[in-house]
Amino acid sequence: MPEPAHLTREDVAHVAALARLHLTEEELDLFTGQLAQVLDHAADVASLDLAGVVPTAHAMAVTNVLRPDEPIVCLDRDEVLAQAPSVEDHRFRVPRILGEAP
Amino acid sequence: MRSDWLLVIGLEVHCELKTTTKLFCGCPNMFGDEPNTNVCPNCLGLPGSLPVLNQRAVELAMAIGTALHCDIRASTFHRKNYFYPDQAKDYQISQYDEPLNVDGYLDLPDGFRVGIERAHMEEDTGKTTHAGASGRIHGADYSLVDYNRSGVPLVEIVSEPDMRTPDQARAYVTELRAILVASGASDGKMEEGSMRVDANVSVRRSVDDPFGTRCEIKNLNSVRSLGRAIEYEAERQIALIESGERVVQQTRHWDESAGRTQALRSKEDAYDYRYFLEPDLVPLVPDAEWIRAVADTLGMMPAERRSRLVSLLDDAGGATEAQLLQVATVVDLGLDDLVVEAVAAGVGTGLALARTANEAATDAEAARHLDPKSYVALLTLEMQGSLSATQAKAVLAELFARGGGDPATIARDKGFEAMSEDSLAETVADAIAAHPDEWSRFCGGDDKLAGFFTGLVMKATRGQANGKAVAAELRRLRG
Repeated sequence: MPEPAHLTREDVAHVAALARLHLTEEELDLFTGQLAQVLDHAADVASLDLAGVVPTAHAMAVTNVLRPDEPIVCLDRDEVLAQAPSVEDHRFRVPRILGEAP
Repeated sequence: MRSDWLLVIGLEVHCELKTTTKLFCGCPNMFGDEPNTNVCPNCLGLPGSLPVLNQRAVELAMAIGTALHCDIRASTFHRKNYFYPDQAKDYQISQYDEPLNVDGYLDLPDGFRVGIERAHMEEDTGKTTHAGASGRIHGADYSLVDYNRSGVPLVEIVSEPDMRTPDQARAYVTELRAILVASGASDGKMEEGSMRVDANVSVRRSVDDPFGTRCEIKNLNSVRSLGRAIEYEAERQIALIESGERVVQQTRHWDESAGRTQALRSKEDAYDYRYFLEPDLVPLVPDAEWIRAVADTLGMMPAERRSRLVSLLDDAGGATEAQLLQVATVVDLGLDDLVVEAVAAGVGTGLALARTANEAATDAEAARHLDPKSYVALLTLEMQGSLSATQAKAVLAELFARGGGDPATIARDKGFEAMSEDSLAETVADAIAAHPDEWSRFCGGDDKLAGFFTGLVMKATRGQANGKAVAAELRRLRG
């Protein structure tokens, strides 16, 4: 059985930085507590003996949710690109990529 | 390749599906539009957006599975996580351990069977352009991303490692392309990237040896590149092993202009994609009725189309080697219905096949859009002798240029009135009278001179005479 997670305030600050989220000191405290509860719950589930249980693909027993192949109106390009930190030639400009495409 | 080494080849082919919209959102699936115009919150990976599966894409994927004799099964979608900006949401939705189509096969035209391991659905990525001198990632200062292609439906078709020569690999891709086009799933345009091929290549000394360590080659943009890259890669691996080194399992990039492969990353650097079930999508479970309905919409596959033409040739006395090549060309270009309709209307099989493979094939796009009735009418005029071969070709070019029309009217507009028998006989007689020596040699059995007289008559009539009619008149006069 896995060790219960010990989530620290520093872990949350690190993940937030990776996700480019700017959290205040109060938010760090809040989310450290909330995320720890989530991980504790996952640890509870992990402690169950599920050896004979068939994996579940989805929480609802629903299959074949489909939509017709019909076009929608797309977003306005100027509006879309205005959200980006950097734009060039009507494309999103992203920092140097380290490594090739997967 | 050296004869004391054996090749083992497996191919992965990505095929963009010919849908109106993307796989999980209603943005248009359209190549060549202005960058970032076919985007919505879903394919831009914006928070709160949810994917909904495109029914048409599923049915095209099932059509591919049917055409490749696969077992079509209940399947699920996973998130394949990676950090690369060609997917705004940082993962690609793909089928992983439960793909839609498994365990199929594809028969090459020579009868060699290639196993199909799986053909699964996934979404395409956006297009990145790397700014900097090289145009490649290395050395680029930054990159630009266009998300129009992000979310376009793909089927990845993975073959078993069954192929043993570059020729088989080429034949496999050519036949697969024809099947994808015939099933209506893809336009098969390799040059536009709607069909992309990766090759897994390894070498060994004997069929009794286990497979060698393989390398995966990417960036194969044509059937020709595929063959060249496999040959290069085999030689590279053989040289490594013979010099006492070992082949390292890695992904390699084919450089078309340099004619070699270069290492991209080795197995040790392989990504951990942290696959997990896509929680926003439910399982896709096609039942027997749906599978049968899709199969019923499937048209004739290329192999069947080829044998249909070959049996027409057999009815007409058998097929020559050249005609078998014409059959392959015509089917590959999707023009075989024209031949079948012409033959059904009474045109000779050889003529219908030759005109289609040689003339119609020069503008296959136009030929596919031509009203078959116009085409059949033209071939009928040629067969009846109302138009010479040269004239028929000119009228066909005009039909293509106009996008259709009545061949008889076009022929009249061009002044291609068939010559009356009397004036033809007169012209032939003039030619004979002007060249008595050649005529007596022809009468003495020098058949080559038939061409000489035909040429004279053609010149005198500015190409309006029918070559066959001239030949017949010459034979009649010789007696």
